[in-house]
Amino acid sequence: MPDRSAKLSANGVGIEYWLHRSKALFTAVKGVDLTVRPGEFLAIVGPSGCGKTTFLNAVDGLIPIAEGSLTLDGRDITKPGPDRAMVFQQPGLLPWRTVLGNVIFGVEAQGTMSKDEAITRAKQQIELVGLKGFEDAYPLELSGGMQQRVNLARALLTDPEMLLLDEPFAALDAQTREMMQLELLKIWSQTRKTALFITHDIKEAIYLADRVIVFTRRPGRVKNELEINLSRPRDLRVKRDPQFLTYEDEIWESIQEELAVPAERLIAGMPAA
Amino acid sequence: MSIKEADRVLPVTSGESDSRREKRSVVRPSRAKQYEPIVIGTLSVVIALTAWQLVANARIMPVLFLPGPNDVAQAFVKLFQTGDIWLDIGTSGAELGIGYGMAIVIGLVTGLLMGWYTRFQYALDPFVNFFYSTPRIVLIPLFIIWFGIDMPSKIAVIFLGALFPIIINTMAGVRNTEAALLRVARSFGASDALIFRRVVLPGSVPFILTGFRLGIGHALTGVVVAELIAARHGVGQLIAIAGQTFQTPKMLAGVILIAGTGMLLTTILQRIENRFQAWRPQIR
Repeated sequence: MPDRSAKLSANGVGIEYWLHRSKALFTAVKGVDLTVRPGEFLAIVGPSGCGKTTFLNAVDGLIPIAEGSLTLDGRDITKPGPDRAMVFQQPGLLPWRTVLGNVIFGVEAQGTMSKDEAITRAKQQIELVGLKGFEDAYPLELSGGMQQRVNLARALLTDPEMLLLDEPFAALDAQTREMMQLELLKIWSQTRKTALFITHDIKEAIYLADRVIVFTRRPGRVKNELEINLSRPRDLRVKRDPQFLTYEDEIWESIQEELAVPAERLIAGMPAA
Repeated sequence: MSIKEADRVLPVTSGESDSRREKRSVVRPSRAKQYEPIVIGTLSVVIALTAWQLVANARIMPVLFLPGPNDVAQAFVKLFQTGDIWLDIGTSGAELGIGYGMAIVIGLVTGLLMGWYTRFQYALDPFVNFFYSTPRIVLIPLFIIWFGIDMPSKIAVIFLGALFPIIINTMAGVRNTEAALLRVARSFGASDALIFRRVVLPGSVPFILTGFRLGIGHALTGVVVAELIAARHGVGQLIAIAGQTFQTPKMLAGVILIAGTGMLLTTILQRIENRFQAWRPQIR
């Protein structure tokens, strides 16, 4: 039974792929049960290839689910809608459009806003993500971090009820990633949109989220979940808080059990254990 | 910039404070450098012409075998003095314009449809492959039977020559649309029409223009070869008659006319291509 108070509710969700070359059906996730509460920042972590991105694509409505139910505000998700917006791992910007042109692309595709309004609001959004002065720059002139800001601004401009983030900082260098995490929290605290964040970076998940869910290895399902009781606003120093490290240990151990390589064969001193 | 200097160009840092990524080099480029392409290019042409003139002046071979650049230039001037040339240029130009124009319109539409609708591609692929791998010149006798030796048979050859490079490149452009961009568009609920207009079409422009450019070469070959075989007027016909009547300088003047046209049209298209590429960082 879907939880009525939940924003997003997944019950026994299974997703399958047909692999053309192997001519076989491939189960990406199976039996996923989870809920996202309104206004909550939920992060999903899991070993690579566990189907977490696949699950997010299903939430976005890009791919259908094979079994179970997936509802947003009690309605089944069947296709993409203006109530959700995705921030992609690869920025996916139109190279022939400027920053401004790319930021308005989301609302333009949805057809929900007049062009003048879109441009006015896009300029505010560009300022919010810290790209003021770059409105007329082309994506190829931007660094990776700046491209991801455009990616984020494009999603925010559609004013979704739920923000879906698919490892948006995974391709960035370590320092840029930390800065982006900090800024994402700042923006999120202003908008308080329900957010579903996919990552393989445990620290990132704990730092950002109200709650962290760990996926098992493929076919992925929820292994355990952890409430993150760290006060907000959080600055980057919280990452050295003893409580933070306790969470990190717990999640790391949980993921370790899921890795194909037995724990004792891992090189000593890998992630913060 | 030469390849050797490449290592003196500093890598661009990803500092987020730079508003634009600029080309950098450790040495200040001299003013003369910017004219280098034109100066060197002109010089090499002048040297080649001089060498040709010197060899021709030595008269090892008679003018029939090896006319000098001055002979060709004289023939060129004479062509335009008599005025007959305008009928030839007009005829060839009209054939080229109509044939190539039709190829652009039909090739573009067909290529876009084949790229966008997979089943349409499946249906037309055998024909496109058949005609593209056949030298279309071999169809000239058939076209002469169908359309006679006047303009229509030439137009048919030019059209078929230019059509397939345009179809194939346009189709490739549509097919090469980045999957990530399509996913973004679909995620925002874009309609198929919007995806086509705003994502697929602009992304295909470089491919389409390349197809147009390749098409020009095929079209010019079509004009000349079709007129060589049978025609009443035309630059190709002029070349054929001049060749058969041992007026080698006149023949070469005709060749230069064709080559000049090709270079001019290609340059124009290159300019258009560059206009569409403003978003590409300069890597020259």
